Amino acid sequence: MTEEEKEKQFQQRIDAGEKIEPRDWMPEAYKQTLFRQISQHAHSEIIGMQPEGNWLLRAPSLRAKKILLAKIQDEAGHGLYLYSAAETFGIDRTEMIAMLHSGKAKYSSIFNYPTLTWADMGAIGWLVDGAAIVNQTMLAKCSYVLYSRAMIRICKEEGFHQRQGYEIIAKMMNGTTAQRNMAQDSLNRWWEPSLMMFGPHDSESTHSKDSMKWKIKVESNDTLRQRFIDRTVEQAHHIGLTIPDKNLKYNKTTMHWETSEINWDEFWSVVKGNGPCNYQRISHHIHYHNEGKWVRDCATAFEKSREKENSSISI
Amino acid sequence: MKTKDALYNYCLRLADSNMIHGQRLAEWCSRGPFLEEDIALSNMSLDMFGQAEMLYEYASSLSEDELSADDIAFRRSEREYFNCLLVEQENGDFAQTMMKVFLYSAFAKQLYESLLNSNDETLSGFAAKAIKEVKYHLRHSSEWLIRFGNGTDESKMRVQQAVTNLWRFTQDMFEMNDADTALIDNGISFTTDTLFAKWQLNVNEIFAAANINTPEINNTITGGHNGIHTERLGVMLCEMQYLQRAYPDAKW
Amino acid sequence: MKNDNQFPQWEVFIQTKNGGPFEHQGSLHAADKKMALQNARDLYTRRNEGRSIWVVPTECIAATTADDAADFFDPANDKIYRTPNFYKMPQGTKNL
Repeated sequence: MTEEEKEKQFQQRIDAGEKIEPRDWMPEAYKQTLFRQISQHAHSEIIGMQPEGNWLLRAPSLRAKKILLAKIQDEAGHGLYLYSAAETFGIDRTEMIAMLHSGKAKYSSIFNYPTLTWADMGAIGWLVDGAAIVNQTMLAKCSYVLYSRAMIRICKEEGFHQRQGYEIIAKMMNGTTAQRNMAQDSLNRWWEPSLMMFGPHDSESTHSKDSMKWKIKVESNDTLRQRFIDRTVEQAHHIGLTIPDKNLKYNKTTMHWETSEINWDEFWSVVKGNGPCNYQRISHHIHYHNEGKWVRDCATAFEKSREKENSSISI
Repeated sequence: MKTKDALYNYCLRLADSNMIHGQRLAEWCSRGPFLEEDIALSNMSLDMFGQAEMLYEYASSLSEDELSADDIAFRRSEREYFNCLLVEQENGDFAQTMMKVFLYSAFAKQLYESLLNSNDETLSGFAAKAIKEVKYHLRHSSEWLIRFGNGTDESKMRVQQAVTNLWRFTQDMFEMNDADTALIDNGISFTTDTLFAKWQLNVNEIFAAANINTPEINNTITGGHNGIHTERLGVMLCEMQYLQRAYPDAKW
Repeated sequence: MKNDNQFPQWEVFIQTKNGGPFEHQGSLHAADKKMALQNARDLYTRRNEGRSIWVVPTECIAATTADDAADFFDPANDKIYRTPNFYKMPQGTKNL
């Protein structure tokens, strides 16, 4: 079969709604797109542990501390599921981490914003995880079986993440003036970055067309963003928060909330590495990765020496 | 000392040790030597906070000032915490943290095994649940010590340094005060003498497997159960109690 | 960086209830068997999903490829006499 025929057959399988297994033939570009997206998704989960970890030691109650700890732990687990899925393309985790450190691999820009108050733990759960869930529910239908399987598991486990975030904010809106101000300030800072999480407009998105053709994603950036806006605006109003957008209005004909144009200059600037925490997040990861090397070396050496011992016994 | 006061004090001692240990373990979050171990460390931390919460709830039910578990956990000053000194020590490197987990969970396992026989049903119930968790921590940390001691030159050096740093705080876990006297009389808690012998046996066994030398004790430091701490605790509490101190009227 | 590694990969199978099958959950990295079992416990049974765990080094798994599929599995298509419904029973037969 020629490459062209293989590609045609592959596309027919996709169009028929079939799932692609790791050992199946797939076009090089499909592989590359998936590897880029899945490894980026894995890195996002791992880097995302840092902004929340920033408040772990200051969590204000035993309950809050347990919830936050369990949530960050889930993120580590989700990063791990995703690294495993990405590894099926023949690039192992060590290499992926090296790509993250060199800047060759990206992660979600949202984590390059700082968590300044406890309310930000609420905002991250409610807005950032909320946006992620919209995206991941879509990705659970992805044509690549390992990505969709990881997404199904992740969506199931993340069920509580958004709710706990909203609970934090709602509690604060019911609290003292200082708490209400803190909650509003947090929404003001996280609203626009969370809208940016869905990526550029469909017309500007370089990978979108292929991804849709291959059913890596089944809905467009703008569709998903709008779904998130419609849900979130109502939730904000429900607890007395103001969406920080003076152009926000409800369109009765389309039945959607309309918002201002997003500041795309800021978006691209953060993507290119100029956000408030880009340097901090990567330095942290590099530092602790290097700190852990002696532990990994030790465990490897120990297993090797034991293998030797065992083999000499069996002789 | 009245039994009720002694029991309250004793609950705080156990709860504080677990919470401070958990807080230290939580410091590892996003800093683990590899991802799977990062998850293991936060799992142990979660176990510790869960155990602390059960005991603070019990203390709350004994409290005459109607303090909640969170009030007790977060609104005391450094002289009112009764945790053992070992758990408040800095994490250091991964070898030191695993050494700390090992020494503490070996102790907690013996302690909870004895508390299974306590006349106080809440305490014996607590021990039955907590013992499974600390046994797992003991297993996990023991295996790491054995890897360190039989791994690379660097890991051997680090694990020996870890025990040198921490050994002086181990005696403190077994210290008894007036609270113990009152509770031992009522069959609520037990003397730590037998615990110490069993703990030592466990430690010697793992140290032998890990080629770790037990340091000579000539600088034993105690006082945790009486609220006399090392300088580390106050700094930890500043961070842990920040929101409660900054916004005393707020509920979170 | 070159000398660094994240340990070999393992596949994790979990039995969720007594007597049930061990089902594949996903993978993880570990230096040895004990570590693999503990990592599997922390990663795949945090929500009380487990009763028993198997871990297998990924490199020990042999698998068919999509190219094998026709040779391997199509021959079973027309052998429906291996299923009970293939057989016609006289009307009124019970317990069969």
